[in-house]
Amino acid sequence: MSGIRNKAAPWWLSGPALLLFTALLLVPLLLTAVLSFNVYDPATGPKAGEFTLEHYAHVFTDSYYHGIFWRTFWISALVTLICVVIGAPEAYVLSRMRNPWRSILLLVVLAPLLVSVVVRAFGWSMLLGPEGAVNSLLGLVGIGPVKMLYTEIAVIVALVHVMLPFMVIPVWTSLQKLDPGVENAALSLKASPFTTLRRIVLPQVMPGILSGSLIVFGLAASSFAIPGLLGGRRLKMVATVVYDEYLSELNWPLGAAIALTLLAANLIVMLSYNRLVEGRYKKALG
Amino acid sequence: MSKNGPFALAFNALVITFMLAPLLVVCIVAFTPENTLTIPTTSFSLRWFAAVFAHPDFMQSFWNSLWLALASATIATLLAVPAGMAITRYEFPGRDFLNGLFLSPLIIPHLVLGVALLRLFALVGGTGSFGWLVMAHALIVTPYTLRLVVAALVGFDRSAEQAALSLGASQATVFRRITLPMILPGVTGGWMLAFINSFDEVTMSIFVTSPSTVTLPVRMYMYATESIDPLMAAVSALMVAVTAVAMVILDRLYGLDRVLVGRK
Repeated sequence: MSGIRNKAAPWWLSGPALLLFTALLLVPLLLTAVLSFNVYDPATGPKAGEFTLEHYAHVFTDSYYHGIFWRTFWISALVTLICVVIGAPEAYVLSRMRNPWRSILLLVVLAPLLVSVVVRAFGWSMLLGPEGAVNSLLGLVGIGPVKMLYTEIAVIVALVHVMLPFMVIPVWTSLQKLDPGVENAALSLKASPFTTLRRIVLPQVMPGILSGSLIVFGLAASSFAIPGLLGGRRLKMVATVVYDEYLSELNWPLGAAIALTLLAANLIVMLSYNRLVEGRYKKALG
Repeated sequence: MSKNGPFALAFNALVITFMLAPLLVVCIVAFTPENTLTIPTTSFSLRWFAAVFAHPDFMQSFWNSLWLALASATIATLLAVPAGMAITRYEFPGRDFLNGLFLSPLIIPHLVLGVALLRLFALVGGTGSFGWLVMAHALIVTPYTLRLVVAALVGFDRSAEQAALSLGASQATVFRRITLPMILPGVTGGWMLAFINSFDEVTMSIFVTSPSTVTLPVRMYMYATESIDPLMAAVSALMVAVTAVAMVILDRLYGLDRVLVGRK
């Protein structure tokens, strides 16, 4: 076809999208990066022509922001771990079911993904409240009301609920590539079910678990509505602090500096984790 | 296929309960006749749904969200179809860059996008404008449409197109009569997925909406940070209902399992 000859055609076809992405993604990111270096005057706002490293110095030296970044990091890491521990076995159990249950239950696990996160946060705030269903259940076994709402517990539980589909999907996809014959061969050669799981299934789904972990960690670290609604006023994470800086403190340059630090930290964690684990994984296969 | 043991099935039941519990509790509490968030046991009432429909702020936000989702999903589809053709059918320098750029809103936190767009809108005087909000939503939902359009174009037998071209059909006719009908499930599925994601979006929108353009999820977020009553449960139940209807349509058009986990 004329495809290779006509050099302008692909640019002409993707031109409208490129225009939108330049105007509303590349330019705004650049503007925000510039803004994060602007001097901020509490009386008049950011000063366009004057530059300073003060906001980044603030983010990196102030123990208040250290505490928030550290909390965001450990909550995201813990959520990722819980998602691996629940999501990977769940995908495996589902993949061993027969239809129609297999497809129905897969959809039940994944469909909450499409329901607004505000609705899900509100649902958890009712379940985890002092008189909610979870505390009633705990009361039945004699554990007195536990304060979960507006603590890390509520944030972690709700984040796991939001993120679990992002772990199940890649694990499920890699399980579909697994030939059941290999599993049966291992079993017929007298490998125990546990050994089969560890030596045959696990290496196959490792790439799925890794990419799922990256997605979950990235989304959890930048999550806004869950900590905003379930963490209360005291329990801040990075995204809710950025929101405060922008809409209550009106210190946009500082908010921009925190948001871009989050973006950079996210990219660094993702890239180095990818290097580290995939390198080791390739070596092990190699 | 080997079977799951009782332990595996119990684990599965727990996970399913965990995934459904918050959605079910919202939908049940919405029918309470009381003034507090209680689970109705003996009598059910529609009074909180009536309260939602009589609440001018929630209704305005609902219409905002609906028009916003319709407009942004349509724009995203109009952009993603030609962009998908460029990415799948041409070898050109910059192709990987374009593909990465168009999918990047999936990786860049919506918080960062919200902050960045707020800056842009403040500079161009677009704060609170519905038009700019539509473009912002089109940006974040384009990746969803693009992925389904690209998937449709990749698994595509081009012999019918070549036959039409060799019989003298113009490029435009080939696109209209052959290419578009063949990728239509991907296009409509992508539009629907874009609609749902725009309708649900809260993190970016909270930065760039003004009192007159507040979307439903943003309104709910603000309402929930101040007061919690069964009104919130009724709005949430309505959100779940809208999403469920959209999901059924998406399933009929394209297949929900294909949208969520890729090819079967």
